[in-house]
Amino acid sequence: MTDATSAGAAPRPARSSSILEQDARTRKRNAAESRFKMYGIAAIGIGIFFLCVLLFAIVRNGIPAFTQTFITAEIALPGDRLDKTGNRDPEEMAKVSTFGYKPVIVDGLVRALEDAGIEIPFEDKADVEKMISAAAPAQVRDTVLANPELVGQTVEFRFLASSRVDGYEKGRVTRGDLARDKNLDAEHLDVVDAMKDAGMLERTFNWDFIFGADASESRPEQAGIGVAMLGSFFMMLVVLALALPIGVAASIYLEEFAPKNRWTDLIEVNISNLAAVPSIVFGILGLAVFIQIAHLPQSAPLVGGLVLTLMTLPTVIISTRASLKAVPPSIRDAALGVGASKMQSTFHHVLPLAMPGILTGTIIGLAQALGETAPLLLIGMVGYIASNYPDGVVSGFMDPNSAMPAQIYEWAKRADPAYYERAWGGIIILLCFLMTMNIIAIILRRRFERRW
Amino acid sequence: MYDSPKAEAKLDQKEIKIAAEGVQVFYGDTHAIKDVNVQIEDKTVTAFIGPSGCGKSTFLRCLNRMNDTIDSCRVEGNIRLDGEDIYDKRVDPVQLRAKVGMVFQKPNPFPKSIYDNIAYGPRIHGLAKNKADLDDIVERALKRGAIWNEVKDRLHAPGTGLSGGQQQRLCIARAVATEPEVLLMDEPCSALDPIATGQVEELIDELRENYSVVIVTHSMQQAARVSQKTAFFHLGNLVEYGETGQIFTKPQDPRTESYITGRIG
Amino acid sequence: MSASMLLLIVLALAAIGFILGRVRALSSAGGDSRHLHSLPSYYGWNVALWTMVPALLVLLIWLVAQPLLIERSVTQLIPEDSYAGPGELSLIMSDVRRVAEGLDLAVAARQMSADEAAALSDPEGLRGTLGALGVALGSEIEPTTLAAAQRYRVLNATGTMVRNILVIALALAGFALAWMRTNADFRARNTVEKGVLLLLIGAASVAILTTVGIILSLIFNTVEFFRLYPARDFFFGTTWSPSFGGGSELGILPLLWGTLYISFIALAVAVPIGLFAAIYLSEYASPRVRGTVKPALEVLAGIPTIVYGLFALLTVGPLLVNVFGSGGVLGVDWMGGATSVMTAGLVMGIMLIPFVSSLSDDIINAVPQSMRDGSLGLGATKSETIKQVVFPAALPGIVGAILLAASRAIGETMIVVLGAGAAARLSLNPFEAMTTVTAKIVSQLTGDADFASPEALVAFALGMTLFVITLCLNIFALWIVRKYREQYE
Repeated sequence: MTDATSAGAAPRPARSSSILEQDARTRKRNAAESRFKMYGIAAIGIGIFFLCVLLFAIVRNGIPAFTQTFITAEIALPGDRLDKTGNRDPEEMAKVSTFGYKPVIVDGLVRALEDAGIEIPFEDKADVEKMISAAAPAQVRDTVLANPELVGQTVEFRFLASSRVDGYEKGRVTRGDLARDKNLDAEHLDVVDAMKDAGMLERTFNWDFIFGADASESRPEQAGIGVAMLGSFFMMLVVLALALPIGVAASIYLEEFAPKNRWTDLIEVNISNLAAVPSIVFGILGLAVFIQIAHLPQSAPLVGGLVLTLMTLPTVIISTRASLKAVPPSIRDAALGVGASKMQSTFHHVLPLAMPGILTGTIIGLAQALGETAPLLLIGMVGYIASNYPDGVVSGFMDPNSAMPAQIYEWAKRADPAYYERAWGGIIILLCFLMTMNIIAIILRRRFERRW
Repeated sequence: MYDSPKAEAKLDQKEIKIAAEGVQVFYGDTHAIKDVNVQIEDKTVTAFIGPSGCGKSTFLRCLNRMNDTIDSCRVEGNIRLDGEDIYDKRVDPVQLRAKVGMVFQKPNPFPKSIYDNIAYGPRIHGLAKNKADLDDIVERALKRGAIWNEVKDRLHAPGTGLSGGQQQRLCIARAVATEPEVLLMDEPCSALDPIATGQVEELIDELRENYSVVIVTHSMQQAARVSQKTAFFHLGNLVEYGETGQIFTKPQDPRTESYITGRIG
Repeated sequence: MSASMLLLIVLALAAIGFILGRVRALSSAGGDSRHLHSLPSYYGWNVALWTMVPALLVLLIWLVAQPLLIERSVTQLIPEDSYAGPGELSLIMSDVRRVAEGLDLAVAARQMSADEAAALSDPEGLRGTLGALGVALGSEIEPTTLAAAQRYRVLNATGTMVRNILVIALALAGFALAWMRTNADFRARNTVEKGVLLLLIGAASVAILTTVGIILSLIFNTVEFFRLYPARDFFFGTTWSPSFGGGSELGILPLLWGTLYISFIALAVAVPIGLFAAIYLSEYASPRVRGTVKPALEVLAGIPTIVYGLFALLTVGPLLVNVFGSGGVLGVDWMGGATSVMTAGLVMGIMLIPFVSSLSDDIINAVPQSMRDGSLGLGATKSETIKQVVFPAALPGIVGAILLAASRAIGETMIVVLGAGAAARLSLNPFEAMTTVTAKIVSQLTGDADFASPEALVAFALGMTLFVITLCLNIFALWIVRKYREQYE
């Protein structure tokens, strides 16, 4: 131990003797320090900036989807055209197709415009139909068939305006755009302005967007997300009914009972890998196993739910195991100490204590499944027009349907830009659901979180 | 070498290195240190003793402002190093810590080579002009850390591969390499076996020639072996401060006596 | 009797078993439950489990196996010269199933009697009859198809009958056995617990089964694909031009290039931002800042990928065109359309920021505080401590996190489907539209794909490639992260 003495007292290096003044090197180092800190702040700033841009884009582009322009007009329903036999028999009247109703509407609309003193600037008066949705004839026909006594009277109808008129009202379509558009001319817009002044045209909240069904490519003004929402709902039921019990059972086994051996090691590695497998691969699995081999119906929420269950299972297992692990061993020892079996100690004591954590994890897994799109594309939950509500629980599971994210994707792919607005609007609804689920999860966690 | 401090006779002439007056430390609402006054001399080993949780480590960490890294910690009163208030707004803790080095309870070598561990401080403070100079500094520090003979053949092996006692001496050498004026040691031997402890204690005694050493220890025997001055802390108060021999043989305060005789602690 | 009816019957039997088992146990102990080995309800559960589990297991296996076996036996009835390949065979088989179902429907709707339907061997006019019932057939029914359909019906009916008898017999047998064994000394709890444990093991095996399912479904179809299309051309071909008419060139290289290019841009965005954000949050931020910024960034992680896809297609793409396109702000004409490698890469990068930052945050926090103290105690600044001590110590873990992010990027689908474009090309220009493995899996498998053509089967080979790449990345990354964690535990 003579090293120290042999080295002797080293000369003190040149360094500012007072700690009250910073020497040049310290100043330089402090500058580097603040630069480094700035990088961090900048990184966070960029992240938050992206988040704001994203949210702004969603809200700005999506909000218009929740309102819709309507045209109100009194339409005369002439008996000679709609009910030739005259005995008001709905079966007979059903022979007149929507095609036969079109001129009736055109006539009524032209009359209404003339009554309101609005000049019709285009040569072919039938062009007024371009301003209302292609869904209008069906709407009038359905009303007439439901109430045959209306024939011969003049009835007030509230028609959806066509998507171009709606876009003009929302500022999406400008006169300049219409120069290249076959669906509407700039002259129509003069009529639209006049109708607005006359109170025939108004923009109101559009419940049909939230609860309605999807419409064909040419009628974006009519499309709604309601049916797809129901499809998502049935899928989530399947996921909840399968992923929660299977996930909890698997976690209990792995955490409480599994011996430490190769097999359980394999299961563990396998689960953490499954959690990172791309979701599209689960779609391929679903396609091959459930549709190719098991011949389950394509596009059915049941199949979608099964695929999403397999995808969510690792998430549920991982979070359940974490909450089981968080229950201290003393609880288990206490139960075993009074003579309970291991199974009793697990089901009577450990599981109830871990329940809030398990539910939180399950809700987060469900939220993840609700937003997932890629696997659904492969099992055919896209490209299908979800125009009908399922007529019962069984058909809800088995009949072809879409799901919210798949419906949004479908809209995003359609050529008409009016559908983009719907897609953004759909995203707002989807995010509302996700936010609700996450808030419930956070509340559960806050409310029941226990620190041991 | 273990029995008694050697340089007791010269104690009186030592100049005051650190003077603390009315120091209060709060952790959130907890009042951890209550009005402590103490004067620490240069070229002396000062031991802080007391039961665990008495605030001795907290006080030690105030001396080089390591408490700054804890958000909820608040320090009042003043501590002067060579007459300059270390909590002055103008003071850069980085510069302060270069002068007041610290060795921790658990050996904490960086996951780098032995050489890089030692060279880390001199590099960040720009103490070496060139590579040869740095080599020199490293060698000198390792010698002063009394570990040179054991590692000189494997300077580029990872520091984490050394034994516990070697790691702690490496950490002391690392602290010495930045040429501090004061060396703070927070229970440096608590994680070591008796043989390693002996080596480190011997080293501390040698370091006294060049530095003011402050050591926190929970072992009264260790304080008696290595220190010239001893301060006894109890429940955040500095109960008694004086010559080590006097504290252990004729304590003034009944609490000190109870602690030393093993009735509290 | 349908399978669901059968299920209900078995469940009802189990419920009765529960009650009777309990009653018998209690009466064997003279009505005093203290004389029983286990709690009374365990005796009930014992009978219920014995009734339910074997019967339902057989039912499940039967449900999966019966269609497969019948399919195989019926396929032999179709003359081999009537179809060219497996694709046509599967079309014929689906006709067979439809005709069989149609006949069942006709019987149910009393269009014909059961005997009539069974004796039917002349397909004349059958298409019309079935059409009226809502069973649409693409072409006239061949006699062989009808014969196969009849065989299908017979086999199906027999199979279902045997199944029903077997399942109910099993349920009753289990019931009887367990009920007979019920007495006061019977160790009901142990038996029930063993049963429950088996159920738990079964649940844990679902994860394994999923992986096995993924691997098998990929391998079978991939092998099928390589029978129709040479593997060499698939792995080394530089052209991707599928045409369902035949003569497709299906080289994976342009797709892999697009995938890697986009992932590279995504990581170039996400890694620096995510890493610096994580460093700031774990080393500098006050608890309050951390408490607000961390969840805010994690919102980005909770947003579904379809949203990012739309964001890329409709917001970021047009924005980039305004900057880099013709007549753009920069006056350069680099970008033709909104979809490009840059668009998809940038948006994917945004998506990955929280992924990188929260993983790195965990890893940086795992570096022991004593390491930081050591450095700060020597008079290092925070940034010096981070750069020279914390970061090197955390490096292996951070590399693992980046690899996990890379695997995410490679497997991401919706952003590239909407934002990257559809053209497969090997180009260096990041403003050109390119396509990826995942995007092509989607485009080859959506729509009414015929599972026998190489154009559809190629999707499985693409899926296999994707699975193998991401699996290797994941295993490697998880291994690194785990090793890293162990080091500091």
